[in-house]
Amino acid sequence: MASEPGAGGRRRVIAVDPADNVLVALMDLAPGETVEYAQTVVVIVDEILAGHKVALRQIGCGEPVLKYGEVIGLATCSIPRGCHVHVHNVASARLPGPQAG
Amino acid sequence: MLTGYPRDNGKWGVRNHVLVLPARAAANRAAELVAQYLPAVVAVAHEWENLPGDPDAGVITRTLAGFGANPNVGAVLLITVDSRDEQLAHELSARGQRVSVVAMSEHGGTVSTAEAARAVASELVMAAAASREPMPISALVVGLECGGSDGWSGITANPALGIASDRLVAEGASTILGEVPELVGAERFLAARAVTPEIGQEIVELINAFEHAVKGLGIDIRGAQPTPGNIAGGLTTIEEKSLGAARKAGTAAISGTLEYAGSPRGTGLYIMDTPGHDIEQMVGFVAGGCQLVAFTTGRGTPTGSPIAPCVKISTNSAVFGNMPGDIDIDAGGIAIGTETLTSVGESIYNALIAAASGVLTCSEVHGHREFAVRRVQ
Repeated sequence: MASEPGAGGRRRVIAVDPADNVLVALMDLAPGETVEYAQTVVVIVDEILAGHKVALRQIGCGEPVLKYGEVIGLATCSIPRGCHVHVHNVASARLPGPQAG
Repeated sequence: MLTGYPRDNGKWGVRNHVLVLPARAAANRAAELVAQYLPAVVAVAHEWENLPGDPDAGVITRTLAGFGANPNVGAVLLITVDSRDEQLAHELSARGQRVSVVAMSEHGGTVSTAEAARAVASELVMAAAASREPMPISALVVGLECGGSDGWSGITANPALGIASDRLVAEGASTILGEVPELVGAERFLAARAVTPEIGQEIVELINAFEHAVKGLGIDIRGAQPTPGNIAGGLTTIEEKSLGAARKAGTAAISGTLEYAGSPRGTGLYIMDTPGHDIEQMVGFVAGGCQLVAFTTGRGTPTGSPIAPCVKISTNSAVFGNMPGDIDIDAGGIAIGTETLTSVGESIYNALIAAASGVLTCSEVHGHREFAVRRVQ
């Protein structure tokens, strides 16, 4: 795991694996905030609750979403950097989940 | 120092219970009456009726026999209804367990059966009395369970438990990962660690079989995996939940796969074919020989076992604070930087050794004795 400290010294995001294209918020993040990971500055677009994911890079429609260095699903639309990554824009590649309906 | 109770069959218990086991649902009340009279015994109840031709008879007999023969049990008082239940007594004896049988058909009803069973139970309590002795860690088998996962599970409690599991395995103990429905998407990660290519293929087939069963039956698991609670916590897909769940098993090599309630043939890390249901999973682990269970939870559960200590680990500090007395260790500090995976992993390891050696866990203090047998058909 790698992380960048926030203004108060507390980490705000982590990448579970260096190969991931999403970060996990360690605290609630508001639109307009910036976080940094591995020299990449991410401007937060959506409200991101703690424990939820934010796109580290733009993820194209149909591209794999990577967390733990593994595929956790496929983007169902293009996801710009800084956007919330969740059931509204990601579907399981394996079993129909709640997002399939 | 790890201590336990040596058994005649070479296994070691970490508790010394006398279990009153009803062979069928009809014997539940008699078993309960024995335990009410004798606080030194523990009784379980279940809904199996042992009807002729029941396709689940094999798995349920294996579960009940394995549970009764768990080394945490010093003796079993089996309450049978009639001769149809004798198979279970044979299975218990074959596994090296001390078993006494009281048959309802010989005593005529619940009250007289319970009266006869009380006398037998009190003899068993005295016969099973034993002292703790230094126990080799190679005799320890720990179940790795999670229930009520959230976005923190795969980042805090599960990888911290994985560190503890890796240390146990490195020291010669065994750990068992279950919950096949929550390993879909993690098979590549797990199969790559199998000790042989054949075992890697078994892992993939175990997980694929569940996925095909779901698709083949047209079961709609929307709303079930991930659960609404998982989604609120930030988990998006079954793959994400699975990859977080698999972190409980650390990075050790995987020695083999086990059928539900099956026992490891050697030591090391195993994967058991259990359902996701918390209680059926824990019963499967204990029936397979786990003397101890480590249980991570994001949303909080007080679940325990009638015969095995269960060390509960919260993934976030909010649930730890909201359930005082139900959770043994809080891994939430990992997310905010007040703890590390290494420090919590060490706390979990130490708590497991202490619990095995006699320190009561939260679930034991509060008398949690949940029990359910898995039906397949």
